[in-house]
Amino acid sequence: MKLTCLSRGKGFYFPPCHMLNVCGFRILIDCPLDLSALAVFAPIPPGFSAVQDEEDFGHSVGESDGCESGNEERKNIEKPMDAKALIRSEPWYKTVANLHLWNLSFIDVVLISSPSGMLGLPFLTRAEGFSAKIYVTEAAAKLGKLMMEDLVSMHEEFRQFYGSEELGSPHWMKWEELESLPSAMKEIVLGTDGIELGGWMPLYRVPLSAADIEDCAKKAQKLKYAEVACYNGTINIKPISSGLEIGACNWTIRYPDGTIAFVSSSEFVPSHALEFNYNALRSCDVLIYSDFSSLDILETANKGSNYTAPEDSSTSSDLEELLLHADESSEEMDKLNFICSCAVDAVKAGGSVLIPIGRLGIMLQLLEQISICLESSQHKVPIFVISSVAEELLAYTNIIPEWVCKQRQEKLFSGESLFAHVELLNGERLQVYPAIYSPKLLLHWQEPCIVFCPHWSLRLGPAVHLLRRWHGDEKSLLIWEEGMDSDIALLPFEPKVMKMKVLRCSFLSGIVLKKVQPLIHILQPKFLLPEDFRQQIISPVSDSYSVLHYSVNETLKLPTLKEGSELEITADVISRLHWKNLQEQNLSITRLKGNLVMCDARRRILYSDELPCSNSEPPLLSGALDLQKLLTRLSEMGIGGSLQEGSVTTDGLSDARVLRIDAPSEALLEIRSTSTIISAANEELAFHIRDAVNSILDGT
Amino acid sequence: MAIDCLVLGAGQEVGKSCAVVTINGKRIMFDCGMHMGYLDHRRYPDFSHVALDGDFSGAIDCIVITHFHLDHVGALPYFTEVCGYRGPIYMTYPTKALAPLMLEDYRKVMVERRGEEEQFTAEHIAECMKKVIAVDLKQTVQVDSELQIRAYYAGHVLGAAMFYAKVGDSALVYTGDYNMTPDRHLGAAQIDRLHLDLLITESTYATTVRDSKYTREREFLIAVHKCVAGGGKVLIPTFALGRAQELCMLLDDYWERMNLNIPIYFSAGLTIQANMYYKMLINWTSQKVKATYVTRNPFDFKNVRNFDRSMINTPGPCVLFATPGMISGGFSLEVFKNWAPSEINLVTLPGYCVAGTIGHKLMSGKPTKIELDKDTEIDVRCQIHQLSFSPHTDAKGIMDLVKFLSPKHVILVHGEKPKMASLKGKIESELGIPCYDPANNENVNVPSTHFVKACASDAFVQSCLSPNFKFSRRNREYECSHQKDSEGVPILQVRDERIAEGIVVMEGNKEAKVINQDELLHVLRRERHEVEFAYCFPAQLSNKNEEPSDTSTDNLQCPYRKCSLLRALLSELSKEFPQVEIQDFGEYVKVESLRVAICLTDECPYRVGGHPLVGCGSVFLCCKWLSRDEQLVWKMISTVRTLDLSLPL
Repeated sequence: MKLTCLSRGKGFYFPPCHMLNVCGFRILIDCPLDLSALAVFAPIPPGFSAVQDEEDFGHSVGESDGCESGNEERKNIEKPMDAKALIRSEPWYKTVANLHLWNLSFIDVVLISSPSGMLGLPFLTRAEGFSAKIYVTEAAAKLGKLMMEDLVSMHEEFRQFYGSEELGSPHWMKWEELESLPSAMKEIVLGTDGIELGGWMPLYRVPLSAADIEDCAKKAQKLKYAEVACYNGTINIKPISSGLEIGACNWTIRYPDGTIAFVSSSEFVPSHALEFNYNALRSCDVLIYSDFSSLDILETANKGSNYTAPEDSSTSSDLEELLLHADESSEEMDKLNFICSCAVDAVKAGGSVLIPIGRLGIMLQLLEQISICLESSQHKVPIFVISSVAEELLAYTNIIPEWVCKQRQEKLFSGESLFAHVELLNGERLQVYPAIYSPKLLLHWQEPCIVFCPHWSLRLGPAVHLLRRWHGDEKSLLIWEEGMDSDIALLPFEPKVMKMKVLRCSFLSGIVLKKVQPLIHILQPKFLLPEDFRQQIISPVSDSYSVLHYSVNETLKLPTLKEGSELEITADVISRLHWKNLQEQNLSITRLKGNLVMCDARRRILYSDELPCSNSEPPLLSGALDLQKLLTRLSEMGIGGSLQEGSVTTDGLSDARVLRIDAPSEALLEIRSTSTIISAANEELAFHIRDAVNSILDGT
Repeated sequence: MAIDCLVLGAGQEVGKSCAVVTINGKRIMFDCGMHMGYLDHRRYPDFSHVALDGDFSGAIDCIVITHFHLDHVGALPYFTEVCGYRGPIYMTYPTKALAPLMLEDYRKVMVERRGEEEQFTAEHIAECMKKVIAVDLKQTVQVDSELQIRAYYAGHVLGAAMFYAKVGDSALVYTGDYNMTPDRHLGAAQIDRLHLDLLITESTYATTVRDSKYTREREFLIAVHKCVAGGGKVLIPTFALGRAQELCMLLDDYWERMNLNIPIYFSAGLTIQANMYYKMLINWTSQKVKATYVTRNPFDFKNVRNFDRSMINTPGPCVLFATPGMISGGFSLEVFKNWAPSEINLVTLPGYCVAGTIGHKLMSGKPTKIELDKDTEIDVRCQIHQLSFSPHTDAKGIMDLVKFLSPKHVILVHGEKPKMASLKGKIESELGIPCYDPANNENVNVPSTHFVKACASDAFVQSCLSPNFKFSRRNREYECSHQKDSEGVPILQVRDERIAEGIVVMEGNKEAKVINQDELLHVLRRERHEVEFAYCFPAQLSNKNEEPSDTSTDNLQCPYRKCSLLRALLSELSKEFPQVEIQDFGEYVKVESLRVAICLTDECPYRVGGHPLVGCGSVFLCCKWLSRDEQLVWKMISTVRTLDLSLPL
């Protein structure tokens, strides 16, 4: 097995991307888009921030022309970091650049572990020669498809503004243009190593984006929870809930010589999605641990804690208790409550609240919490959800009891809806509209209000328009996630004069540090593969497993797991075997013949009567020929002969003994330590002698 | 190794489905149902057969429930709460959600209407359902380290599943009830092609073959439409779950199409709540229903309203769904009493009614009066329509499933004895699969699959995977006679016949090891002993073509002569043996392992048997070969002996 990490990702919205090589098959795990890179583009209309500035800009360029001596020097001057530095063009989307170093048509299998891991998939499925089998859980496929459709509909606004696309690469991709970008933006475009320009792609396919999504959705094979899919009879793939999001999963990959568990960001006690099922990952041979999304937050948060590895004495039930202890979930609950109280305070003060959070789970919980808070504070403001797919999304979340956490499943069994938004929608306290310019929305619009809408990059969708409307209002509140550079993200909204309050929050999106070692202790893998920069966190506590670190874009080759391969032989083949005992070595041997079939990730020998008959196959002979025994055997068969001393042989070598047969007819045996030549004029006689020789040598 | 199947219920009957299967030491109970026809101890399966000492938790590894009908789940609370089974119970999400409704309804009917002593309480049902582990379709559940179960879609009712169970190398499928054709709201049963030792299938309609259901649906709609158009009231007595939703979808759709606005009512109680479940579990309905659902849930019936008891005698047409289904009491009976006397009204009856119910009386003949009890008699003047669609598969469906799965053995349950016997005969004669139809408390034992595990060397696996090309030439004569149809077929045909060939080595009691032939000697720590054959014999060279001056064999020293002789031999041999590849190496001719050379030594040791040279033109041919080609070589030698290798000049 080989592992190559193509990208370590950037948290929840941009999960890591890996390439596995198992049994010669290439398996790509996740194909995300880095939507935070959208920050380099100006939202539309791009000239919004100040028309005044635009003129100044023109002046300053003119002046500088006069001052500067040469053009070359001017090119190297960075534009100042302001709204004008943003690229004014129809945005392109940043895929995993390292993926393009691979021949896409050689990928055999693609595994998608979360809805956000699916966004880059249309770039693969439309690639020429791409024919891989795509596996994704049913729920992740549905949510991922909705996310893609939403992205396309939000992008449409740009397309209408900028008109038809430029031919070839857009102007901002030209080197001069890139050179003049402010360094922070240049880093976003080119990556820290300056090699990521190749990862940029125009959104799906123009003008067939919807078809791209359909095509991609059609090509994916949707799996039920923990459904085993068998690829080529050789690899068994099974999705196991990770708890991160509805439909998000970890994978177990079983092949004839071992089992791989692939763990991505997971949550033990989530309050919306089905819990991280770590029990299904127990005792695998290889554990690939790619949960690093929340690493930075963890490191800062846990600097003081001196966590020690679990002692050997601690029982597994202790460990499990530790794993399921809901510290981090109650912390998350506190966070949500705090956000709700802030939101309620803001609307009480007469301001509006904008919540451009892309996480479905957080959004659904906030909807529930905020409506409860509003109710208890007896404050009536409308809650709007504005998105082209919101209606479908909210409806869908209520019909997948198989993918929600246990406590919400209980709601199904007692006949209640899974999420409170169903009742909110019925009571019309929650209003859902496809777009900001929907006539019905304009009719019901009222401020102050609470709005949930995309997109968290603040470059796309209704969020841009609402932010422009409210950014000068000091009573209004923007509830926004950590993760993006706020300097760049808020550039188009005049950060210097922005009066709107901003509440930045981070949410749990992985396994907290103190649970990492206990988890590995319970899972008991033979090999643990974490990423290299986490050396100080994951180190072997016992000899029960070895740790191999991997790093981005380097292929890690795993030593062979087992000596020899496992084989299953059917009873009808076994019943046809003729065993032969070799007394002196306490061995039994027999010839085996059949068809090797790969089935259910196992090698199986099946009986086949279509096999060509094998009577011509002579036995494999070994050892030296005992001449006395041979003579006795021959005479038993009525064949008489005598050893000829010192006779000359064909090659003149003297180590050969020659046995002359005279009855029933003339024949000759030339016997050496490792070979015997039988020479007879008579077919029958030759066969008889051969049988005698075979019976003395141990033939197999 | 064997599989034991103990049929505790639904053996040669319909009701109280329960089969306990022991497979490689693991014991699974499939379904735990009750018999609706009995009120005494016969209503439950006789659990004492499972464990005489009553330790059911030790005796059974898990219980699997296929769907929420009482004849499949009815005895479960009794078994877990009264008998004390504590192990895991598996059922699909919809079954877990809907089974308690059915159980509670049944309990109420028993206790409140019939005044019986209750077998289990409402708390028992709640406690029992807490122990249930819900599973998704196709979810592979590892019950313990050896036992694996998996649910497949069965149609029939919402959440109905067939269950696959595997222990070691043996596997079986228990179908529960299933439907091979999709209906209004559910899809057809779906299952993978599995390797099965045993299939336990229902056989309700073991001999019936049904026609298209669309005509029957149409009949129903027309009957209802005619009645309401004439101002009549339609009573549809039905169970709360399953049939009610199907008929309601049918009517709601029809109302929409025909633009009708006559009210459709649901009697209060179960059905409205049931619709709530159906809405959340829409993913378990048919693909068609799912596809129509984007934002509007098809179980949000547009034309359906709640019914109130006071509305029974409100004038004007209407359609009413009321429980229970067979008019055995309750609300449907109350409504029936009021509506039956009017000839403009209509009552639909389900396909099957238990004897003793009003439904059964209406089905048998056309009564004008029905005695309810000593004092009450109802005039029946209304029209009666009997529904004839069933959520069970018909005989063709069963045969299709058995044929598709091709298990090694079949056990029939959940059917009527004579019909089962006929189906059993059909499966055995048409499909050649041994089939059993055990009665209750009978045990069936079938052998199970077992694979021998071995460890294979890399060289063996490599040799199995390496291509083994076989080239064959098409016969020329054949080509001539079949000129027309042989076009396009290449003369040389290539086949890749990969054969797994190796040697199994067992050392003491260790695991068997499979190695490549070449590795054996290394394992045995011995050297190979090669047995070769050699034979030197004269071949005919007639004199007539010889040049007079060359009368001795000396001229054979001339390489040209040797070559041409061998070439002559080669051409003769390829004429005689067109199937084999003969190669010319100049010094010798090679066929498989056979090498033929012109022998020039006078004292060749392999010249056995004393062959004088016949005539001066003869030469000696010295042959050497390995024993694998001995058959072919001896054939060739006898051919060459008869040949005349004289060279045409």
